[in-house]
Amino acid sequence: MPPSSEVLVRARGLTKRFGTFTAVNAVDFDVHVGEAFGFLGPNGAGKTSTMRMIACSSPVTDGDLSVIGMDPRTQAAQIKSRLGVVPQTDNLDAELTVLENLLMYARYFDLPMSVARPRAADLLEFMQLSERAGDQVEPLSGGMKRRLTIARALINEPELLILDEPTTGLDPQARHLLWERLYRLKQRGATLIITTHYMDEAEQLCDRLVVMDKALIVAEGTPRELIERYATREVLELRLSEQARAGLNGRLDGLAERVEELPDRFLLYAADGEQALEGVHAREIPIESALVRRATLEDVFLRLTGRSLVE
Amino acid sequence: MAVVTDSRPLAPRSVSGRFIGALAGAARVLQRNLMVYRRTWRGSVFGSFLTPMLYLTAMGIGLGSMVGKGGSALPGGVDYLHFLGPGILASSCMQSASFESTYPIMGKIAWRKNYDAMLATPLQVHHLLIGELSWIAFRMMSISTVFLVVLTAFGIPRSPLALLAIPFAMLTGLAFAAPIIAFSATRTNDSGFAALFRFVINPLFLFSGTFFPVSKLPDAVEWVAAATPLYHGVALVRGAVLNAMPAEWPLHLAYLVVFVSITAVIAERLLRRRLVK
Repeated sequence: MPPSSEVLVRARGLTKRFGTFTAVNAVDFDVHVGEAFGFLGPNGAGKTSTMRMIACSSPVTDGDLSVIGMDPRTQAAQIKSRLGVVPQTDNLDAELTVLENLLMYARYFDLPMSVARPRAADLLEFMQLSERAGDQVEPLSGGMKRRLTIARALINEPELLILDEPTTGLDPQARHLLWERLYRLKQRGATLIITTHYMDEAEQLCDRLVVMDKALIVAEGTPRELIERYATREVLELRLSEQARAGLNGRLDGLAERVEELPDRFLLYAADGEQALEGVHAREIPIESALVRRATLEDVFLRLTGRSLVE
Repeated sequence: MAVVTDSRPLAPRSVSGRFIGALAGAARVLQRNLMVYRRTWRGSVFGSFLTPMLYLTAMGIGLGSMVGKGGSALPGGVDYLHFLGPGILASSCMQSASFESTYPIMGKIAWRKNYDAMLATPLQVHHLLIGELSWIAFRMMSISTVFLVVLTAFGIPRSPLALLAIPFAMLTGLAFAAPIIAFSATRTNDSGFAALFRFVINPLFLFSGTFFPVSKLPDAVEWVAAATPLYHGVALVRGAVLNAMPAEWPLHLAYLVVFVSITAVIAERLLRRRLVK
C-alpha cells in the first residue's frame, strides 16, 4: 500500500525540556498514513524523546502534537489503545512465558481472551516464535526477544507502530529477518515510525526521514533526496602515503564537488566517481588505493551531524 | 493472517466514570500477578504454614511455658500462646506486605521495567498502584487464612468473630504496602531496603504489642508505638481472634483506613513522578 497524503502524526513547534535541558527544540514534521518514517541522529539528538512524546509516554512541554487526530495531552489513553510501541530496550515480562506475554498484554488493552488467543497464535507464527510459545522469556536470544517485543506491540492491531532502534545489538541474520518482517508489515499498510543510527536500516526501511542533531531537525526528505541534496551520486575514496599527502598542495581541488580530508583518506564527492579518478591519474597524484562507491545516507548523516564522537 | 488489518482496534470500553475505569485497569494488573502466582502458589502456601508453626511452637509453647499460665500481666489474663498467636499473625502480614512492596516493585520500576511496558498501553499509573495494592491485599488474605487455620489447630480462636482477623490483617498489610511502595518509587537501587527492614520493620515487630503489651513500655516509647500502624493492626487482629475487641476499636480501624488512604495518594504521586518523565 503506497503512503497516502492523510496525516497520522503532526508536530508543530514540538518541544521537550527536562529542567533547563532542551531535548527537543521546536521541531515540525508530518507522518503520513502507510509510510515508514525515520528519525536519524546521533545519540542524544532528541530522537527517543520525540518518540516518547508521540507514544504519549512523555508529556509534551510545548508546541502542538496530534497523533491519529487526537491530542496526547487530553486523550493519551485513547491514543495508546491504537499504538504499538517497541522500546529501545526490551521490557518483556520475565515472569511470564512467551505466549503469556502476548495474552497479558492483550488484557492491558482490554481485549477479551477469545480475541487475544487467535491473535497471539498468528503473531507468534508471523514472528517465527510458535515453537517457543510455552518457554520462559529469559533464555531467548536477543533477536527472538526483539521479535517477541514487536509481536507484543502488534497485539492490539495498532494503526501506528513506533520502533525505537529496533535492531540495535542484533547479529546480521537477526537484523535481516527483522527488516523483512517490518517490510511485510509495511506492505500490509502499517504506518511505522523508526529511530535508528544505522544508515543501512534507514535506507532499507524508510520512505521518508528526518535527521536530528542537538534537539533540532536538520534535514528532511526521502533517502534519495537527502543523498542528492547533501552528498553526490558517487564518492571516490583515496588513500595516500604520508609523503604524497604532504606534497599534495591542493592538487585535488576541482576534481570533485567537495573534497573531505580524513586522518586516513580523502573523500571526493562527485557525480561520476570514475571520472574523478581519471582526473586524479591525469594529475599524476601518487595514490595507494582508490575506491569508487555510491553515496549513502551515512555520507549525508556525517556531513549533517559531524564526525566528532557523541558520548 | 490478521496482523494489521483494516479493523480498528477496540477502543477502551466506555466506562461509567473514572472509578470503574480505574478498577478495570487495576484488575488487569492483579490478573498479571495472579498469572505468575499460578506457578508459585504451592511453595508460598507452604511458607505461610511454616511461619506460624515455628513461632507458635518455639515462642508460644516453649517460651510461654516459662512466662507462666494465666499470669495477670496479660490483658484478660490469657495464656501467652493465645496472646502471641494473633500478634504474630498481624506482624507476619506486615513483613510480607513490606517485602512485596520493595524488591518486586523496584524490579518492575527499574530493573525489568514492566511498568514502562504497561504504561505504553491504556493503563495508567493509578491503575498500577491500585492493582499492586489489591494483589498485596490478596496475599494478606491467603496468609491470614492459613494462619487462622493454624491458630485454630492450637485452639486459640474463641468465636467466629475471629474471621474478622482476615480483613484486619489485610488492612494492616496495606498500611505498610502503600508507604513502602511510595518509598520504593524514590529509590534508584535496593540499598535502602536493608535499612528499612533493620530500622523500621524489625523494631516495629518487637515493640508494637506482638510479644508483650505496649503498656509495659515507658510512656514516651508507648506513644511512638501507638503512632505506627502495626500497633493498631495487632490490637484489631487480637481483639477479633480472642473475641475481646477493645472499646476503642473504631479508632484503630479509622487510623488504619486514613493511614492507607493518605500514603496511597503519596505513592501515586511518587510513582507518577518516577515513571512519567
